[in-house]
Amino acid sequence: METATPNYLLIIGGVLFVMLNVAALLIWVERRGLALLQDRYGPNRAGPFGLLIVAADSIKLFFKQDWIPPFADKPVFILAPVIVVVTVLMSFVVIPFAPGIVVADLNIGLLFFLAMSSMGAYSIILGGWASNNKYSLLGAMRGAAQMISYEVFMGLSLMGVVLMAGSFSLSEIVEAQRGLWFVVPQIIGFVIFFIAGIAETHRLPFDVPEAESELVAGFHSEYSGMKFGMFFIGEYMGITLISCMMVVLFFGGWLGPDFLPPIVWFILKTAFFLGIFILLRASMPRPRYDQLMEYGWKYLLPLTLLNLVVTAGVLLWLNDGYR
Amino acid sequence: MELTFYIAAAVAVLATIMVITRFNMIHALLYLVVSFLAVAVVFLTLGAPFMAALEVIVYAGAIVVLIIFVIMMLSLTREDVEQEKAWLQPKLWLGPALLSFALLAELVYLLVIAEMPAAPAAASYVDARAVGLALYGPYVLGVQLSGILLMAGIVGAYHLGRQKKKVIHRFLQEKEPQKERSAAI
Repeated sequence: METATPNYLLIIGGVLFVMLNVAALLIWVERRGLALLQDRYGPNRAGPFGLLIVAADSIKLFFKQDWIPPFADKPVFILAPVIVVVTVLMSFVVIPFAPGIVVADLNIGLLFFLAMSSMGAYSIILGGWASNNKYSLLGAMRGAAQMISYEVFMGLSLMGVVLMAGSFSLSEIVEAQRGLWFVVPQIIGFVIFFIAGIAETHRLPFDVPEAESELVAGFHSEYSGMKFGMFFIGEYMGITLISCMMVVLFFGGWLGPDFLPPIVWFILKTAFFLGIFILLRASMPRPRYDQLMEYGWKYLLPLTLLNLVVTAGVLLWLNDGYR
Repeated sequence: MELTFYIAAAVAVLATIMVITRFNMIHALLYLVVSFLAVAVVFLTLGAPFMAALEVIVYAGAIVVLIIFVIMMLSLTREDVEQEKAWLQPKLWLGPALLSFALLAELVYLLVIAEMPAAPAAASYVDARAVGLALYGPYVLGVQLSGILLMAGIVGAYHLGRQKKKVIHRFLQEKEPQKERSAAI
């Protein structure tokens, strides 16, 4: 790795630059997409097709008063929005976008992703607690319970993929899908990972920690200015991350027919899942909080365990004598 | 690699001291998270990446979140912090601190006179595969025993948590009360 230092720095910078811009672009795509699906125009004034709305919004956020409520716990209040952005950006470290385009191909890549996503829960809990506001606290409690529960299924649903690939390294998992994408044998794992991914990024339909109609804005009710902006951009980077992970783990990552370069295949597949996330937001109602938890523990957990046992059994049966 | 180990170890010790001396429980738990993360880095520098990942996922990610969850339900106020302050007087921790300082001095002395093993980090790299083979090979009995222990815990939690609903929401009630009312009319 020492010989390719400039190249390496280029990859780090490139991933950082692309991810931040994708998150910003996604805000525009979502607002226009939702408008399209709901039969209205959406933001179409600033720049061509309203593309500059994100720039206008971020300038507005930067120049807003950075208000910390006097009743808030100041250090924790400032720390919370930082955690969400840092954990999501750290997760992108292990994602192989194409052969050679990966910041660090750790041999525990998948576990690193899970660790970072579990650290992400702190931003919600601490943000809600430090705001010292009952709506925020309720949102934080919901968020904590939801994220802990869905992390369990998220981790377990991926273990089928690990069993089939025989490695935690994400590039080895992609290489193992050369013959057949894992979405075919691991269809249950994929569906559960998708559901758990929506819950982890607390997007609609599972956005109960910030349910507007019940909790004002949930855990970030008291946040304004760029601190709110960080929660906001963190959410969009979170969806990008989950989409990337779905592509890497279940849809063959950069693999695809030869007429397009690998990175283009990766981007196309990721864009497809980003579109699905936006479509889901436009079309699904929000479940009640207890329904969400019940659904997770009573249906998803047994199904995940069953999937894991069956996958392990079939693999053991196929290559008997594997040591 | 050596330097990263010492930095992470120092952070772990400092963070743990902060955990004990904070009066605000949430702040103390935040330092506990930092301590766990530092221990994870220590594991990583000692050549056990799998253990490092599990440390973050299980301890920092799940257990501390659960503790914070419980503390948030208690809804601590300024008065509680004051009470903690009143309870934790300097003369209370002076005795234990002196005694454990003597132990620490002994430990440092023993470490200094002990001979250093040659190249500890590079020689013993334990990846996920090695951990799995060890767990389900020579230590399979331990895995099964801890499984039984966890099962007992789950059954116990279920038994404690299960209770008959005393108040039932009117939408979830059976139809009978309505019938009674109509009969009364």
